[in-house]
Amino acid sequence: MYELIITLILISLGYFFGHRAEKKHYKSIIAREKVMNSLPAIASRMPPQDGAYDQMLVSGNVVIANDYFKMFVAGLRNLFGGQMRSYETLLDRARREAILRMKDEAKALGAQAVFNVKYETSNISGQTKKRMPVIEVHAYGTALTKI
Amino acid sequence: MFISNLEFMTGKNVTKHLGLVQGSSVRAKHAGRDIMAGIKNLFGGELTAYTELLTESREEATERMIEQAKAVGANAILNVRFSTSSITAGAAEIYVYGTAVILDGLD
Repeated sequence: MYELIITLILISLGYFFGHRAEKKHYKSIIAREKVMNSLPAIASRMPPQDGAYDQMLVSGNVVIANDYFKMFVAGLRNLFGGQMRSYETLLDRARREAILRMKDEAKALGAQAVFNVKYETSNISGQTKKRMPVIEVHAYGTALTKI
Repeated sequence: MFISNLEFMTGKNVTKHLGLVQGSSVRAKHAGRDIMAGIKNLFGGELTAYTELLTESREEATERMIEQAKAVGANAILNVRFSTSSITAGAAEIYVYGTAVILDGLD
């Protein structure tokens, strides 16, 4: 009985704080993306051939976790199969955040663009109890600065 | 030392390839951070302690790669790749590798 009550409290806490945190995060991501639009991240391996550029490796990473409510919902979803929205938004947020951090680093160097952008996603949840989803996204690329 | 994940450097020629250089680092965090992360896990959001840990770990791996490149007399590392693997509970391995080269017109 007590276990059930505790679980319900955790789920409602997770829903309340998790929902708020996600909304806030999306708002900040969209605002910062607008600012960073002037600095494109390009997946191409070929840098422009017009003139000389300084090349420097830049990277950004973020470790992000799902809240208890979403984990519970995902557990239910696992029974029936189908789209797991809670994980999709989690990964979307993590990727966009990592790219933004990479661009921050590039901007500090005065770069014009970031080329050959690669993503790397790894699950590091083996480290916490109950195998809660903890995901790391690392984005890296080469910042080109006109000399 | 120039480090880049492109295969060449704009406006500069590679005079010599010196082969693969690599660096790795395995790190674990202390128990206090682990407990904090567990609490944070309930509410979701970023686990700053882990982010810092992995950033430090990557810097160390890169540092080791650079040392190795200096030892073979390179002045740049091209085509750099990262990889992460969680080898055991509480530790992650960061591995970074690239091609050490000598570029024209660099000190």
